[in-house]
Amino acid sequence: MADVLTRPTDPTGPTGPTGASGSGTTTRPAVDPRVRRARRRTTRTAWVLRVVAVGYVLALVALPVASVVQHTFADGLAPVWDVLTSEDFLAALRLTTVVAGIAVVLNTVFGVGTGYLLVRYRFWGRRFLSAVIDLPISISPIVVGVALILVYGTYGWFGGALEDAGLRVIFALPGMVLATVLVSLPLVLREVVPTLEEAGIEQEQAAQSLGANAWQRFWRVTLPTIKWALAYGVALSLARSLGEFGAVRVVSGSVAGESQTLTLYVNDSYQEFGPDAQRQAFAAAFVLMAVAVVLIVVIAALRPKEEKA
Amino acid sequence: MSLLTQDRAAPSAFRRGRRPGELTPGAGLGLGVGVLWLSLLVLLPVAAIVSSAFEDGFAGFWAAVTDAEALAAIRFTVGASLLVTAVNAVVGTLIAWVLVRDRFPGKRVLEVVIDIPFALPTIVAGLVLITLYGPTSPFGVNLVGTRAGVVLALLFVTLPFVVRSVQPVLIDADREVEQAAASLGASGYTIFRRVILPTVLPAVVSGSALSFARALGEFGSVILISANLIGKTQVSSSYILKMIESQDEVAAASVATLLLVVAVVVTVVLDVVQRKAARRG
Repeated sequence: MADVLTRPTDPTGPTGPTGASGSGTTTRPAVDPRVRRARRRTTRTAWVLRVVAVGYVLALVALPVASVVQHTFADGLAPVWDVLTSEDFLAALRLTTVVAGIAVVLNTVFGVGTGYLLVRYRFWGRRFLSAVIDLPISISPIVVGVALILVYGTYGWFGGALEDAGLRVIFALPGMVLATVLVSLPLVLREVVPTLEEAGIEQEQAAQSLGANAWQRFWRVTLPTIKWALAYGVALSLARSLGEFGAVRVVSGSVAGESQTLTLYVNDSYQEFGPDAQRQAFAAAFVLMAVAVVLIVVIAALRPKEEKA
Repeated sequence: MSLLTQDRAAPSAFRRGRRPGELTPGAGLGLGVGVLWLSLLVLLPVAAIVSSAFEDGFAGFWAAVTDAEALAAIRFTVGASLLVTAVNAVVGTLIAWVLVRDRFPGKRVLEVVIDIPFALPTIVAGLVLITLYGPTSPFGVNLVGTRAGVVLALLFVTLPFVVRSVQPVLIDADREVEQAAASLGASGYTIFRRVILPTVLPAVVSGSALSFARALGEFGSVILISANLIGKTQVSSSYILKMIESQDEVAAASVATLLLVVAVVVTVVLDVVQRKAARRG
């Protein structure tokens, strides 16, 4: 038993039983015949698995996405351009940019600050705090919207008082920002925390012993350490913020040109029926999709850098 | 060398006279602001939901969640979410395996395509699916207003959860153990069951939990393809929306409370699974 285990069956390790580097196996000395047999078997299974995986993703994601692109440009570029330069679309685009921009800034500040506190300090309720931050990711966006209405709506806990003070939250910009912040709350923080944990505090301590103040320590030491993780988190939360629909749907009146974000514009146009409305829905959806794909590519490009750091 | 000993002599270089990790006044202030923000944003709204649900006592809550329409929506949502989670646990693990262990042209494209459901706005996801599996379907498959259509939408939006949670574990997994098993004559199935499965199981569980929570609360991607047929394809979240729009706050808050409880349970499960995995690793 022991001699079988200690025998050097496959010294190269990482190139494994799928036989990805088939040429390598010939140059290698004695490979256990049982391992070789297992490799051949896995290769056959690997083919089946590959076909199933690729087929599933193709039918579920790639084909539908491609068909939307085709649908959008079915009548050529001109009608799409008309939609993209229409007043309602531009208003929706502006609103989405403003809401997502504010939400991302708030979540970045909150994520970095709270992430730093969670990693560097030990205090009572730390675990609870961490769990509460994660909670919104699992809550239905509709529930998020309803919860905000119950607190900040006209008949909610604070809504009446806030409106008397002249601040309208629900069916206005602040409510949409709150809803968007809430659904993307932990995204920056969850990316920053592992990097901070890994980096340790030695460098910050060194900086402090050399006389750096808190701001210098953060700007010169902490921020460069977490910059890729931070960029990744910001890209994730930007994608989520631009695309939020459910929660915003509940707290915005969705008035065209006023309180209609891009996602609401897609929905409202599609529900209207008629070829013009359909075209609007598809053109706006295409824009959102293109942004999403760009963000994914950015995120994918950021990932290896983050690992190297 | 002398630096090291100095370090050990004064373990808390941050502020002399404090234990390491003890809050400084500045950090305390920051924490206060963070907690206040979190209370206004998460804790108060959650409390408002629960308190509105029980505004008329437990009887009011019970009546709201056992209302025929609510019950049908809850039943369908839970059933569809369970089905979707089971499919994801299997197919997600399979896709993660292929992405980590297999090599073929176009694999990088597949990597990107898997992330699309994460980044795609849910309403666009709904539109995307309805284009291919709706009335204009090139295959002649019209799933609008069917339960299968809802399941399809849920599968779409939850696709990355299990894949992305299993993938890093498989990358880190020690292949020599699998090779040792193979050299001892274990079959592919045995290696999967006895070596790989125990390694990836915590990741499969946390990915499945996330995808269950997501499916249960999903709204945007479902709303177009479901056609929102009461008693058939209406999901809980769209029932809640309908109730809040008709000013029935107790009904909306009651069903929302159920979804909240599930969200809390999922968060706790994830926390426990991650802690266990961290302790073992």
